[in-house]
Amino acid sequence: MADQISARVDRLELPFDARGVDDYGVSKWHLAVVFRLLALLYRNYFHVRAEGLPHVPPRGRAMLVGNHSGGIALDAAMVIAACFLELDPPRLAQGMAEKFLNRLPFSSVWTARCGQLTGLPEHAQRLLESDRLLMVFPEGARGTAKLWKDRYSLVDFGTGFLRLAMKTKSPIVPFAFIGGGDAIPTVTNLYKIGKLIGAPYVPVTPWILPLPRPVRLSVHFGEALRFDGTGDEDDETIQRSVDQVKERIAAMIERNRR
Amino acid sequence: MKVLIPGIGGLLARNVARRLLAQGHRVIGIDPRGWPGAPDEIELHPVDIRKRAAEEVFRRHRPEAVIHMATISALLADAEERYRINLGGTRAVFEHSSSYGVRQIVFVGRHTYYGAGPDAALYHTESEPPQELGTYPELADLVAADLYAANALWRLPALQTAVLRICYTLGPSGHGTLAGFLRGRFVPMVLGFDPLFHFIHEDDAAEAIVKALTSRLRGIYNVAGPQPLPLSVIAAEAGRRTLPLPEALLALLVGHAGLPRLSRGALAHIKYPIVIDATPFRTQAGFVHRFDELTTVRTFVDAFPPGGRSIPVPAPG
Repeated sequence: MADQISARVDRLELPFDARGVDDYGVSKWHLAVVFRLLALLYRNYFHVRAEGLPHVPPRGRAMLVGNHSGGIALDAAMVIAACFLELDPPRLAQGMAEKFLNRLPFSSVWTARCGQLTGLPEHAQRLLESDRLLMVFPEGARGTAKLWKDRYSLVDFGTGFLRLAMKTKSPIVPFAFIGGGDAIPTVTNLYKIGKLIGAPYVPVTPWILPLPRPVRLSVHFGEALRFDGTGDEDDETIQRSVDQVKERIAAMIERNRR
Repeated sequence: MKVLIPGIGGLLARNVARRLLAQGHRVIGIDPRGWPGAPDEIELHPVDIRKRAAEEVFRRHRPEAVIHMATISALLADAEERYRINLGGTRAVFEHSSSYGVRQIVFVGRHTYYGAGPDAALYHTESEPPQELGTYPELADLVAADLYAANALWRLPALQTAVLRICYTLGPSGHGTLAGFLRGRFVPMVLGFDPLFHFIHEDDAAEAIVKALTSRLRGIYNVAGPQPLPLSVIAAEAGRRTLPLPEALLALLVGHAGLPRLSRGALAHIKYPIVIDATPFRTQAGFVHRFDELTTVRTFVDAFPPGGRSIPVPAPG
């Protein structure tokens, strides 16, 4: 399997130099290590099912927009794994990492070397303008903080992603992620302890730690949505389009939830 | 063109001067350090840019263009001296340029202007303000000099001003911040961090400065060559051993045991990257680098093979 992973890393259409590093510091070596681990989790632990993959463009700029669920960003890791393991050619989905990850030793290096840059509008725009595949969770940290009972709900979406999609003329590929809330069923969040370690919160499960159960996960990609405009439209106009994306994702969750 | 270069004694400035000579320009230099073995065609004035004798050079020669390279990086002198040279010297250069009919000026600054921090965007553009000055006050004088030079764009509209923010230089001279890191017995790293370093071959840097002059740029420009590389990759390519230490321990050990001398604030520069977007410069000056990132490291290694002597170096600046 290790060779297959390395072969797929080699097939990523990113501008790696002779040392296997691209202009954002994404490193083939780090990707191969991480994808070996993710492939195990994806195939053998969570038995992830990915549907609608043809909706993800094989190359060029695009924005994957989906729901968060399950106390930590397990959903992000599995969407990244799906794009890498299932697409042909493989693609690297690049998410917008929580700021605290860049402050911590080791996580700072591994997130950066795997293309998961700190969540800043400048990064999102630059990645899209470089024709990368951007992954966005418009619910942000409030999304991963959802409790088990709310796992299929959606909290408020930010509007920045839509303005950016318009500005950079990027298609939005909506996706629904199912099962994150069952894998890590959050019963409560410890915000004060989170603050102490620099994280937004620490999720607590019935077995205390946010360690995921081996439940079956699935990700469902939908048809791409395109929004015409400059991104400078007034809030009301933007909100209508954001609601459209949100409704599409909610419908996909409803259709595929257990 | 008659070009005056304050700070001509520096290695990069000498490289620039030779290129200008080769292109048929007349070069005059100001630098109290002098330049032993300088080409005969260069008229050297070993004076301090802030003194009356330097003003006399402007008055007598009436240069058409000035390339200001008389700034020093942190820790080469105490804070007060750095302020005097970097800010006082820059002020003198612009005042004399304005008074004695200089038409064009190129201020050679540094990309460390932007600062390094966990929440900063990876690629800095020219419109961004400096950040993280609170954690690295040793850069304040260079930032102040950069801002002072930049305000000449509106304050002295008759003067064609270009402010360059050049990334680290590397090459066979072994000069500069990054070379300093690589010339020590170990390359110091903060455990768990491995920032991208943006660097350019010193010949490309000199060529870029000449291009800024000959293409008559006006404005503020980031100057970079090839893509950045993680510090660990640069060290490996250079055949150097890295020494990753917890930040607190590293702060205690810098300057000892073969590690470069660094201020506490400078540790941010080996934790977080300073990478710049140099697209406007490439487009407007028509600049294309000759050396890619790996060749650049190799030219340094050829001149300074692994196993060399430990040399204390200044902090990033």
